[in-house]
Amino acid sequence: MSPGEESREAAGGAATATRSPLLQMRGIKKDFLGVHVLHGIDLECAAGEVHAIVGENGAGKSTLMKILAGVYTPSAGEIIIDGTPQKFNHPLEAQQAGVSIIYQEFNLLPDRTVAENVFLGREPKKGFIVDRAKMERDTAKLLHEFAPDDPIAPDELVGRLSVAQQQTVEIAKALSLDSKILVMDEPTASLAAHEVERLFDRVKRLRERGMAILYISHRLKEIFELAQRITVLKDGNKVKTVNADEVTSAELVKLMVGRELDQYFPPRGDPSKRGDVKLRVRGGATEVLSNIDLDIHAGEILGVAGLQGSGRTELARAIFGADPFLEGTVEIDGKPVKINSPKQAIAHGIGFVSEDRKTEGLTLAQSIRDNVALAWRGLARGRRSQLSINVKDLCQAVELRSRGGLGQEVRYLSGGNQQKVVIAKWLATEPQLVIFDEPTRGIDVGAKAGIHDLIRGLANEGVAVLMISSELPEVIGMSDRIIVMRNGQIAGELPAGPTEAEIMFLATGEEDIEAKTEADLAKIQEELSSAGEGGKS
Amino acid sequence: MTTSTPPVAQHPGPAAQGGSQRSAASRFWRALTKTTTGQVYLALIAILVICWAVVAIKGSNLLTIDSITDMLIRSVALGIVAAGQTLVIIGMSLDLSVAWVISLTSIVAAVVMDGSNGNIVPGILAVLAVGAAIGLANGLIITKLRVNPFIATLGVALIIQSIIESNWDGVVEGVAKGFENSLGYSEIGPLPIAVLLLAAVYLAVWFLLRYTRFGHQLYAVGGSEEVSKLSGVRTHRVLITAHVICAVCAAITGLYLASRLGAGSPLVGTDGGYDLESIAAVVLGGTYLLGGRGSVLGTLAGVFILAILDSTFNALEVNAFAKDVVRGVIIIVAVAAYSFRAKGRRVRKIGAGPAATGNAPQTQTQGANA
Repeated sequence: MSPGEESREAAGGAATATRSPLLQMRGIKKDFLGVHVLHGIDLECAAGEVHAIVGENGAGKSTLMKILAGVYTPSAGEIIIDGTPQKFNHPLEAQQAGVSIIYQEFNLLPDRTVAENVFLGREPKKGFIVDRAKMERDTAKLLHEFAPDDPIAPDELVGRLSVAQQQTVEIAKALSLDSKILVMDEPTASLAAHEVERLFDRVKRLRERGMAILYISHRLKEIFELAQRITVLKDGNKVKTVNADEVTSAELVKLMVGRELDQYFPPRGDPSKRGDVKLRVRGGATEVLSNIDLDIHAGEILGVAGLQGSGRTELARAIFGADPFLEGTVEIDGKPVKINSPKQAIAHGIGFVSEDRKTEGLTLAQSIRDNVALAWRGLARGRRSQLSINVKDLCQAVELRSRGGLGQEVRYLSGGNQQKVVIAKWLATEPQLVIFDEPTRGIDVGAKAGIHDLIRGLANEGVAVLMISSELPEVIGMSDRIIVMRNGQIAGELPAGPTEAEIMFLATGEEDIEAKTEADLAKIQEELSSAGEGGKS
Repeated sequence: MTTSTPPVAQHPGPAAQGGSQRSAASRFWRALTKTTTGQVYLALIAILVICWAVVAIKGSNLLTIDSITDMLIRSVALGIVAAGQTLVIIGMSLDLSVAWVISLTSIVAAVVMDGSNGNIVPGILAVLAVGAAIGLANGLIITKLRVNPFIATLGVALIIQSIIESNWDGVVEGVAKGFENSLGYSEIGPLPIAVLLLAAVYLAVWFLLRYTRFGHQLYAVGGSEEVSKLSGVRTHRVLITAHVICAVCAAITGLYLASRLGAGSPLVGTDGGYDLESIAAVVLGGTYLLGGRGSVLGTLAGVFILAILDSTFNALEVNAFAKDVVRGVIIIVAVAAYSFRAKGRRVRKIGAGPAATGNAPQTQTQGANA
């Protein structure tokens, strides 16, 4: 497939028109300690082109871009820029070859000024001293060139700028480095709507200047507005590169998902045995979340899906009182409660198996025994005396196997066993609601099934379970119901066993959620199944 | 209550006003009230007034020419060490070896000068060289061997201590009379030479931080070593340079104390408590202990605050215990105030972020409307 006509024209308009594309990546492979993450990916991007890279979480987008930026070295394959093969051992080398990358987490110093950030490491000098005036003049000029609508003072501290303005500063830094290739990783993830418009404007300007832009995003609407070509990645493979004006969003989603559900999951609960509402949230809102209406029943697993930054973890932390709801009401067993700290949440029988077990779930240097008893020890004395715990029984309940006995430090356990310690820790408090955030992240396939069985076992005993996961198969395979989050709100709810496409549509907000009905879903399904023909959207 | 607050109403739109047109007076006022360093000086003035008043009640005067000169002289030794300490702390490091460097260099001065005025210059050079070498060692251990600065400089301090203790016990005579008379006790006009030395050191460090690449990059390394590295800053070199300058500052203090005492002393550094005291002065001056933020002029104010307290306690003849309690309380209160300020800034930053959900900003605005 040849490069899109539009990109040809755009490149032709600029002085840098060349036959071969500005950037070529060929057969890029990467493995981490024997785990293959990328299986030979080809990618090219012309000067004056916006090339979108899409795929689910874990498809390999970020790894591929980090290879281009010199953060990782590829296990195989080559990178050719402007006809010259490149080998990057360090991000600086990529920078010198003209590649800049703007991460979601900005690489800026909040306590330094805009100009100081833009020229960090390359401060212009006048004799012995730094030429601050020139530095600020040049920065102002750069900023004015591509962001005239949002003036940023070069002497302002970066920490005082809005997120969108900080992003502008990052772009200015890339421009001052004379970058030819710019990678943008989810640039709109943390922007408000009007800021997104501005960003698009800027990206188009950069494109007109002949820059090659690799644009990673989940939001298909943006991709169709900006990109000439789209490369779809899935599980470390390149599925296809397509011209943006030749596909519909439905086709694109189909290319991104459509994976076999090959994993084993424990059988779902019997819907008729579902208990009463254990936790009810109405109108819950925090700085990030809004309009949260939520019921979790005893004995069910409520799955939470959504893209990174959609507010999934924030929801869990709000319920658990770590970053409590600022508005709205919370009821447990029909009684209104106020949960303003994790301690109160625990007292109300809530447990939280957090995303990062190494920093939030366990004290790594202490023994299994101490970790299992940790939450129990934090209970009020009265309740503690009601619940006598036996660490050995708890460990048996979660099928924890440790060769070193209960005195073993948890840092020496495998990921799966560490997770079991966290679960045992919460079992000790006899919880009625357990929140799991990415319960199987970093756990190998065999141990995953064990964790899944434990979660289902809890639900079968009547515990309400809220399970957040970015792995769609896991959410689909485990949940009795699924809510999908987007922009800090609940974008919609799906019954057990939806398709990945249904979730992705809700998560990316392709359709207006308010109008979404069963009929709409059916239509999308239909569209998907006939997507082979490919009509224009 | 649903107060619909205009979204984004008070966003920092600083660019709009632009910095250049402001009058010099308003800029000065802004610098005094809005920056940490400015606030430290306001605090300095407040403390001075309070202390003056308290002493006045007792019937003496804190602000005579003599006692001001005395306070300045008291500030010289601590001030010079603290200037160097400021640099390493801005770079997110620390130097606990300064007290022993001071002791060692005071002895080196005495030994090399050996009582002869002709040896003053070699003596000074030897002291500076010893200081630079120790700073280099500190910097290399921290950057190349990746030892935590706290441990690295503590280790170096122990090494210097044992070198001193195995070679000298008691005062080491030999500081040249000419040196003692010039640096230690002579004056140019109304000002003691030592105070001019203090001013020169602060001017130099201030210039370094503000106008040189080294200064810019030191702030960057302290702010985030990773970001600096990815921007092409040679982070190790910057940090090593900061440590060399810090140790040289300690060595200059050693020279100064040798000239005051007319001798080298194995305990002059640790008796003065210059290690922890210098860190206290830096922190009191508003420099962030975790690096990347701070100013050497703030440190100077911190040193003056400690000197004023000292003089006040002496005038009031308070016992040493009460004195340390008050100093401790002031340092803790100051740092707590800074970290609350820093926290307020972080919250504001998040609040200024995406207003995607269209939520009315929380509590504060509601309270204001009620």
